[in-house]
Amino acid sequence: MGDAGTDGAAALAVRGLVKRYGSATALRGVDLEVGPGELVGLLGPNGAGKSTLTKAACGLVRPSGGAVRVFGHAAGSREARAAIGYLAELFRFPGWCSADEVLALHQRLTGSAGGAEERARLLEDVGLADAAPTRVEHMSKGMQQRLGLAQALVGAPRLLLLDEPTSALDPVGRRLVRALLARLRDAGVAVLLNSHLLTEVELVCDRVVIVNRGAVIRAGRVDELSQARGVEVDTEAGTETFPDVERDGVPALVARLVAEGRSVYGVRVQAPALEDVYVAAVEGATS
Amino acid sequence: MTATASPPQPRPWAGALAVARHTLQESLRRRVLLVVALLTALFGAGYWFVATQAFEETESAGGIRDIDEHALVGGTLVGLAMFGTMFLGTVLGAFLTLGAVRGDAERGVLQPIVVRPMGRASVLLARFAAAATVCIGYVIVVLLGAMCLIRVVGGYWPDRIAQPVLQLAAAVVVIVALSVLGSTVLSTNANGIAVFMVFGGGLVAGLIGQIGEAVNSPTMQDVAFWGSHLLPFQALYQGGLDALTADTRGLTGVIVRLGPFGGAEASGPGLWAWAALFTVGVLAAAVALFARRDL
Repeated sequence: MGDAGTDGAAALAVRGLVKRYGSATALRGVDLEVGPGELVGLLGPNGAGKSTLTKAACGLVRPSGGAVRVFGHAAGSREARAAIGYLAELFRFPGWCSADEVLALHQRLTGSAGGAEERARLLEDVGLADAAPTRVEHMSKGMQQRLGLAQALVGAPRLLLLDEPTSALDPVGRRLVRALLARLRDAGVAVLLNSHLLTEVELVCDRVVIVNRGAVIRAGRVDELSQARGVEVDTEAGTETFPDVERDGVPALVARLVAEGRSVYGVRVQAPALEDVYVAAVEGATS
Repeated sequence: MTATASPPQPRPWAGALAVARHTLQESLRRRVLLVVALLTALFGAGYWFVATQAFEETESAGGIRDIDEHALVGGTLVGLAMFGTMFLGTVLGAFLTLGAVRGDAERGVLQPIVVRPMGRASVLLARFAAAATVCIGYVIVVLLGAMCLIRVVGGYWPDRIAQPVLQLAAAVVVIVALSVLGSTVLSTNANGIAVFMVFGGGLVAGLIGQIGEAVNSPTMQDVAFWGSHLLPFQALYQGGLDALTADTRGLTGVIVRLGPFGGAEASGPGLWAWAALFTVGVLAAAVALFARRDL
């Protein structure tokens, strides 16, 4: 799975991860790797094991089998925790704290010496520049989620584990987060993005891993998963479909049609959206 | 923008101090301490009224043969203060820690903190230390205040001052440790019920001892001894209660020690060591359970 290098070099290396809760098995031997500067999307229906996988990477749940390593250190170890930033799917900050106080607390917890400058920069990065003195209890759900993202970035983590970071955001907020994630990737931060929002994943992720019933069922680059499936051509007779022709065969196809005296008005290479790939992979599973 | 340089390494204890400070801040900002202070002031006002009336009425009623009424009233009233402070300190300590692990985890408050480098044990011990600090301060202020009030109103000082105050503070710390342990496995409500049932169990052990002494039943006294030492907060409380009138002799001493507050019982030589060992054991169990808990 993946090509991010050895366990020692990988930001996150998951090998044969098994997690059981009593008689229920949440993860059944998951392999996954995220390299430095790589942004990997984790997809799957509700109950597929995505959050359990993310929590195992943070050390919040203990594996029943297999191994999870963060930059070569066992997940949950002090060294691993020092390298990660985490935004939980369900989290809450104390309502009596201001945004600035939340970040100051996490600066103390991480040992960050960034001070007020770091806090101001992080709030600006998530679009909360004016909200530093605002108490959490007076923030909208979307503002709290963006504050959660800023909190995850305190101390300059090298691996960011995000569990549904945009679920409560409006379109502008999502765009802001997408841009932020792209900048983080460019800065060398590894990101594991667990999201239900396929378009978000499609737009920003380098690779996608689809999980269902506790196992990885598809993985690869978005363009690899969305391989071409035929060509549609608009001619004087209407739209014709050539299902066996791929992108590389388009020039020859157009040349042949023109040679046959046909008029070609448009050509579209058919590629399934990530949503189609996802639905086919999970066989329509939900909840 | 976030850089990929090596992450910062927090200084040892810095994270734990941050959590303890955050817990204390929470108590202040959510007005927990304000409410406690106001209700304690009400308790103090009622206590002052009762104490004033008690001293005046016993003086005007005339003496009873072989009874030092001044010591009887003073000792009993300070015993009442000790019982009340024990109860209020227990309420305060329990409510500061009832949801320290499972409750906070269910609310989603705990996860962002425990993924930080300081680790789970430090988070838990910091929560305990913060709550214990608040409770120790509270017990010292309230019980010493009550002793001073009795001195002003009735001119009575207990025979010992430091020992009852310290033992009561230690008793509340033991209860805080039990509450922290309970929070690792029980929901907030269930833990609250458990803590107060354990607290009640300790008081019952003391009462059994009193009854056993009154009816001269060695079995009941044995049950009380082992019960109060199994829950050493009760033995500490009883030892403190006993120290209040340690030098009061004769019939007065017997009556005041048989008073209504759970049975004064002199502390054995190893009680402090046992209580410390018990508390450390409880905290170690809490740390071990928390370390294994999936969040």
